[in-house]
Amino acid sequence: MSTPSYNVIGTRPPRHDGADKVTGRAIYAADFQMNGLLHGAMVRSTHAHAILKRVDTTKAAAFPGVVAVVTADDFPQTPDRIVDLGEGETPVSHLRGNVLAKGKVLYQGHAIAAVAATSLQAAEQAAKLIEVEYEPLPCVLTAVEAMADGAPLLHGGDTNVTAHVHHAMGDSDAAFAGAAVLIEREFTTATVHQGYIEPHAATVLWNNDGRVNVWCSTQGSFVVRDVVSCLLDLPVSQVRVTPTEIGGGFGGKIPVYLEPVAALLSKKSGRPVKLVMSRRDVFEGSGPTPGSMMRVKIGADADGKFIAAQAFLAYEAGAYAGGMVGAGAMCVFAAYDIANQTIDGYDVLVNKPSTAAYRAPGAPNAAFATESVVDEIARELKMDPLELRLRNASREGTRRADGPKFRRVGCVEVIEAMQAHPHYSAPLGEPSHAEAKRGRGVAIGYWFNIGLPSSCVISVNADGTANLIEGSTDIGGTRTSIAMQAAEVMGIPVDQIQPTVVDTDTIGYTGVTGGSRTTYATGWAAHDAAQDVIRQMKLRAAKLWQTEAVDFADGVFRAGERAMTFAELAGKMSETGGPVVGQASVNPRGAGGSFAGVIVDVEVDTGTGKTTVLRFTAVQDAGRAIHPSYVEGQMQGGSVQGIGWALNEEYWMNPEGRMMNASLLDYRMPTILDVPMIDTQIVEVPNPAHPFGVRGVGEANIVSPPAGIANAIRDAIGVRLYHLPMNPPAVAAAIGGQK
Amino acid sequence: MKKTYVSMELNGEPVEFLAEPSQTLLECLRDTLHLTGTKEGCGDGNCGSCCVMLDGTLVTSCLVLGVEAEGRTVKTVEGMATGAKLHPLQKAFIDHAALQCGICTPGFLVAAKALLDQEPDPSEERIRLWLANNLCRCTGYDKIVRAVQAAAKEIREEKQAQ
Amino acid sequence: MKPFDYVAPTTLDEAVHALAGNPAARVLAGGTDLLAQLKGGRRETPLVVDVKRIPDLLSIRMEEGGLRLGAAVPCIRIATNPDVRAQYPALAEVASLIGGTAIQGRASIGGNLCNAAPSADAVPLLIVLSAVARVAGPAGIREIAVEDFCVAPGKNALGEGEFLVDLFLPKPAAGFKAHYLRFIPRNEMDIAVVGVGVSATVTDGQITTARLALASVAPTPLFVREVTEALVGKAPSAEAIAGAAALAEAAAKPISDMRAPAEYRRHLCGVLSRRALTAVLQ
Repeated sequence: MSTPSYNVIGTRPPRHDGADKVTGRAIYAADFQMNGLLHGAMVRSTHAHAILKRVDTTKAAAFPGVVAVVTADDFPQTPDRIVDLGEGETPVSHLRGNVLAKGKVLYQGHAIAAVAATSLQAAEQAAKLIEVEYEPLPCVLTAVEAMADGAPLLHGGDTNVTAHVHHAMGDSDAAFAGAAVLIEREFTTATVHQGYIEPHAATVLWNNDGRVNVWCSTQGSFVVRDVVSCLLDLPVSQVRVTPTEIGGGFGGKIPVYLEPVAALLSKKSGRPVKLVMSRRDVFEGSGPTPGSMMRVKIGADADGKFIAAQAFLAYEAGAYAGGMVGAGAMCVFAAYDIANQTIDGYDVLVNKPSTAAYRAPGAPNAAFATESVVDEIARELKMDPLELRLRNASREGTRRADGPKFRRVGCVEVIEAMQAHPHYSAPLGEPSHAEAKRGRGVAIGYWFNIGLPSSCVISVNADGTANLIEGSTDIGGTRTSIAMQAAEVMGIPVDQIQPTVVDTDTIGYTGVTGGSRTTYATGWAAHDAAQDVIRQMKLRAAKLWQTEAVDFADGVFRAGERAMTFAELAGKMSETGGPVVGQASVNPRGAGGSFAGVIVDVEVDTGTGKTTVLRFTAVQDAGRAIHPSYVEGQMQGGSVQGIGWALNEEYWMNPEGRMMNASLLDYRMPTILDVPMIDTQIVEVPNPAHPFGVRGVGEANIVSPPAGIANAIRDAIGVRLYHLPMNPPAVAAAIGGQK
Repeated sequence: MKKTYVSMELNGEPVEFLAEPSQTLLECLRDTLHLTGTKEGCGDGNCGSCCVMLDGTLVTSCLVLGVEAEGRTVKTVEGMATGAKLHPLQKAFIDHAALQCGICTPGFLVAAKALLDQEPDPSEERIRLWLANNLCRCTGYDKIVRAVQAAAKEIREEKQAQ
Repeated sequence: MKPFDYVAPTTLDEAVHALAGNPAARVLAGGTDLLAQLKGGRRETPLVVDVKRIPDLLSIRMEEGGLRLGAAVPCIRIATNPDVRAQYPALAEVASLIGGTAIQGRASIGGNLCNAAPSADAVPLLIVLSAVARVAGPAGIREIAVEDFCVAPGKNALGEGEFLVDLFLPKPAAGFKAHYLRFIPRNEMDIAVVGVGVSATVTDGQITTARLALASVAPTPLFVREVTEALVGKAPSAEAIAGAAALAEAAAKPISDMRAPAEYRRHLCGVLSRRALTAVLQ
């Protein structure tokens, strides 16, 4: 594909919401104010697994300032059914039960009741007066323990396994016999959190006309609308969700926690109610991403061609079914062309918060296992690790074990870019002290990206500018990357288009800001809406010029000798038939998966076991980089989250299922002092299924960093670690065990 | 609990308000004075989103009582721009894509300004050490460091031109 | 936070008066420990006594024979004070180690001591600097050696109605060096997994004073007196250092928690003690 020349795409304009966000004017969910607002507080379980014997709200209700108290009994008890409201297929009882526990609590931090009062202080004090009597049950905290015979069962039945995913092609068992090198290893990873800096928050007004108004921080306002209407048994049209600015999500702000509870409190009190999570609530009561146990086995012939692979993946679902193992099973060997594969994935209930998506959910776990094994094969065969990966790389036509054949993908191009990058051939440099050792690692990863519906409306103004409305909440500059695609089509500068994210009454259904889909799918809707504008504008020009054939290129309408710029024609809308409004809805099926890779240098202090990341290069196939700075930003952000996952982050649970490090102090996300500059190289292998070639770049960048760091540590100290996080005690123990 | 009268200077203007002794300065700024630019990410001083200047010193306002501000001066992100003109740091954060979701941005801006006000030409290491009290989960920090460096350069050049 | 009353006395007498007869009252200096504890529900109090308007608690001054450091002086002032930097560089260093920049704008060394956390970064250093705490209370002023100040996790030696006024640090002799070395998994904003404070004086090739104290390996900051006995009188050598580090490792009584396993903390005691002693002796 030749590179088309663009005027707007590929440039780096300032974001439309920039001024609001650097002056403190942007309104996030907790900033929302309203006359008559009540403040809510939640009561959360102090047990990881227990029967709720009694929940007595009498004293709380009598506390001065308290206006309403609710428990699970306040939900309409509609019959259970399976729904898909944007979070996958789920029984209504599970959605409802996760929002407010009924009968049983399934994790420490599980919400039980809520209070609304005239001040936050009153609400918090009253919440402490709610008496909860528990009958504690044994808890189970890891997938492996939960799969064992006799394990405590979360939802009854005879197993905690809620799903078994099985993909197979060829005959891996038979093919292993021909392997010159066969490596099988077992890996575990701890539960980790998305770690967005803004805690969940929501305000709800159940108005006197029966309409429910929600203002909240969410990745998907339509998901919130549909969950609220479902749990409160209301027609969808009775619920309006207005998304505020959102302070990070990474998948964790797709699930709905507070909004239905605030709605119940508002219904009871007749006033707007705001609920805001504390940081502890966020850790204990919102979705982390699964911890996991994985066994991966790969056989290669003497030339390094992978001939067979097997994977066993057991992922924590948390308290309710629907974890991330399905995606892990799709991605575990996706980077490689391997004829014989068997993949088994298990979604396993444990007494932890119901897991949520986190940036390429399920894939970093799997890649940690696969890419560690691939590294061992390279060492065994004494092959360059990138050469080995290139030899086996997925390309157009490669079939994945879960079925699909790749269309045009950039796996080869990513690996080639890594090989050619100066970092890969740069010397490691001398260790900084006598007890330090240095190493370099590489890894690659894949994320498939998703489509989902998006809608977009563009109104042309008489001065040639335009207003664009869309329903994708903007977590990282997507207002601008979407508007850029419309501007490219309309031939006007992007600062002439004012994008606005609107409420669910005002725009057609739009899926979540997730799955790396927003620039891809909502951008596509903007492209199509802009084309609709141009189509209508051509008709206006035709009317004006009394002709049929009007061309449009580079922002100018032409028919023979006659020409008018976009702005000139916009000035004549009134006389040619009134306002021009373009619109489009899409539901694209052709999300182009993204490959990414890292080169990482580390220094390990062999005395303390501490790993310092010295140099880090991230490479990713963006398809087409609409706004290169924002693509780089995604790559850098995903890389540093991956570094945190690799080195320190974990849910540190005591045997009773209490998270002992539920603070930003002890959870240990990377600070600015813990990481180097993150070099980025954008690879562009356009997605043939998108008008501009966009693939989506939000996620693939987190897949390979933990594995890359594991391989670098192995290179430095000569010992491999099989568990995440590879924190200082773990590395020190590995070094000690070797002595 | 009876409220206490507090008067302080906020972004150059005198303000008066009533606070319960147990209310933090952050709560007073956000809930009482309706300046919500200062954010709460953790409530225990570990994310830096609530950074403000208190009598010229950088502090996390979630760990300051509102009543402690009596007679003091407080500066928040809302006081950074001069009229319609953004502070060079604010402009640099936009131009260098140093924000994604933007929730940590006010804290970073206030903290970075505190640094540049006393050290016009800090090294990368110095910038990282100074800003280590501020967590960002979106950017991986790279573009934040570059934005601070760019703003420092611009401020130095502005000063030279004067 | 659960409601409380607040007073901000401006003299020592007023503060003594405010605290008198109110054993549950809490003294507020920088608040980075106290307010976090009150907010987290780990402590409750009916009365907060803010001591930051008392001049004595906010002064840093050189006196005959040493440095007098007000209990509520925030770390950022200590770290940037020219006298401290010139004569007590290890103290300036530790003041820039506690928390991040914004925490250092509030947190004080005195508060770090009074909070009596086993992990307090400043306390091992204060011990090896032979600091003395001066406290005021209903019975007047008295002094407490810093190594006797912390008595249990979160408990200090202050009697009812007493509060810390300042710390006195004797003037370092010629050849005296001190160093605090801490291990944290991140590079900032973390609690010491192990901290080691060491000091030594070397005169004419012989060690004449030596002190070592540990953080995060016992219910209180731990003064390892055996190290003094082992080193004084010897010439600095790798062998002497290794022997002292082994004593530190043996003295540690660590526990396992979310911040690190016990055996790792013990291992670190040896590693960090060796490194810290090397820094002051070689």
